[in-house]
Amino acid sequence: MSATTLEKAEVLEQMAANPAVAALSSLLIDARFALNELTITVPKEQIVAAVKAVQAAGYNFMEDVTCVDWYPSEPRFHVTYHILSHSLKERVRLIAPVGSEDLSIDSITDVWPAANFYEREVFDLFGVHFGGHPNLRRIMMPDDWKGHPLRKDYPVEGYR
Amino acid sequence: MPTSVEDLINPGVEDVIADSKLHGNIDPAQDQTMVLNMGPQHPSTHGVLRVVLEVDGESVVALAPDIGYLHTGIEKTCEAKFYQQVVPLTDRIDYLCPMTNNLTYCLAVEKLLQLEIPERAQYLRVLLNELTRLNSHLVWLGTHAMDIGALTVFLYCFREREEILRIFEMVAGQRMMTSYFRIGGLSMEPPIDFYDRVRNFLKIMPEKIAQYENLLTGNPIWMGRLKNVGHLSAADAIALGVTGPPLRASGVDWDLRRDMPYSGYEKFKFDVPVSQVGDVWARYEVRMKEMYESVKIATQALEGLPEGRITAVAPKIILPDREQMKTQMESLIHHFKIVTEGFAVPAGQVYQGVESPRGEMGYYVVSDGTAKPFRVHMRNPSFATLQALETMCKGRLLADVVAVIGSIDIVLGEIDR
Repeated sequence: MSATTLEKAEVLEQMAANPAVAALSSLLIDARFALNELTITVPKEQIVAAVKAVQAAGYNFMEDVTCVDWYPSEPRFHVTYHILSHSLKERVRLIAPVGSEDLSIDSITDVWPAANFYEREVFDLFGVHFGGHPNLRRIMMPDDWKGHPLRKDYPVEGYR
Repeated sequence: MPTSVEDLINPGVEDVIADSKLHGNIDPAQDQTMVLNMGPQHPSTHGVLRVVLEVDGESVVALAPDIGYLHTGIEKTCEAKFYQQVVPLTDRIDYLCPMTNNLTYCLAVEKLLQLEIPERAQYLRVLLNELTRLNSHLVWLGTHAMDIGALTVFLYCFREREEILRIFEMVAGQRMMTSYFRIGGLSMEPPIDFYDRVRNFLKIMPEKIAQYENLLTGNPIWMGRLKNVGHLSAADAIALGVTGPPLRASGVDWDLRRDMPYSGYEKFKFDVPVSQVGDVWARYEVRMKEMYESVKIATQALEGLPEGRITAVAPKIILPDREQMKTQMESLIHHFKIVTEGFAVPAGQVYQGVESPRGEMGYYVVSDGTAKPFRVHMRNPSFATLQALETMCKGRLLADVVAVIGSIDIVLGEIDR
């Protein structure tokens, strides 16, 4: 197994031919290639532009939207997108950091309608608000539930 | 824009349907639509799926799936367990393909640990995964046919499924929640009579699949209910995140086993059935052909099974043999350490995608360098496929909704997690 890890400068230099790196070179704030997986961090204001750029670069299939809570460090939430290319047979991971002072990010449902349920799930379990989402309601928890269970400051057994 | 989530209003599904743009197209004076609730307790929703339908007479005007009735918070539970303790939780996500879930999780963690898995373990994993696919497709076929009214097929399918479950019981001691795979390999060597039993099963299986096809394929009622129902175009399928047999039935030639091989799938020869039609019948055809291919792969894995270890050489990650643990000091220490404090996994994040019977099953595992996963997220095929339900059912008859739900083969356990 390849153990090569490339940091931002190396990715930009050695992987400039990669379609995702080429498409996002002007938008990215960080990039990393580790364990044969490419991760590109983009500012949350640019997320729709970023997914449009990778879509145009041949990454045609949106696999997954999720979130990681890095509490107590900031920016706290890393909204994570996995996007696959059927023609290139590779995937790219986009990360958009969302700080706790403004828990909102733009929805990508206009680019991929598949993101609908996934963004609802992130909203439900993490409390990140997706602007422009057609139907942003809780999906797993009951409608009147208080709190967001997958946050790190939410106890595993729930509040008593 | 609301700043806190509590500011948002949470309307019920009925309100959403009332607000839908389709509703506006109906003349209020002639308004004859009715909101109909299907589920969560309904025999043809395969679990606890609730579908709220707006119907105009017999035709569906709008449809909204309502899920979450089976939410158990598995992703949250994973964060409180050691890496090896997560394996039994993964079985419980999808009760029809426990081995596939085990495999996906183990592959993801093995990627983080950079473990080399011996070929024998890889072959056995492939063999058991293809048996799991047969198991899942048999349940799909039986229940789908039962929804349409062909009750006989169910009994035949469950007869063969019983044999697969007995094989699972032989290797794992459990019929459904197997937890047979371990991070780094398999939990134990299969018993001696396992190989003959699998060989016999794989020998009779193609004949049995032909038998099911005999019962259904030429049947005029079956054809009438399935053909030209629930169309999904390739573009819609990709836009809505549909994977697996429904994607291939819509004409997209994509199978992770062939296109992004894992666990040694590149060593096996098999075809990927694709149909260009995109209706319920096409999904039926694709799955039936897939069952023959699964038998082919499983036979290759069984006949070409190499000798060797079933676990990687990593004493600090894999529990030692019982005998070694009782006789060697070092093994005892490793055993004690793994059981009491787990093993640390290097910081990093991986996404591992696997072709499960229902489509792309993906595990996204984030490690912060400790013995417990920082975040485990499952990308489940049924969850995305369910979004395509409205596209497939809109404008069709109410009875077709049952055929379409059957054809996308959902498991609510993995949708709600």
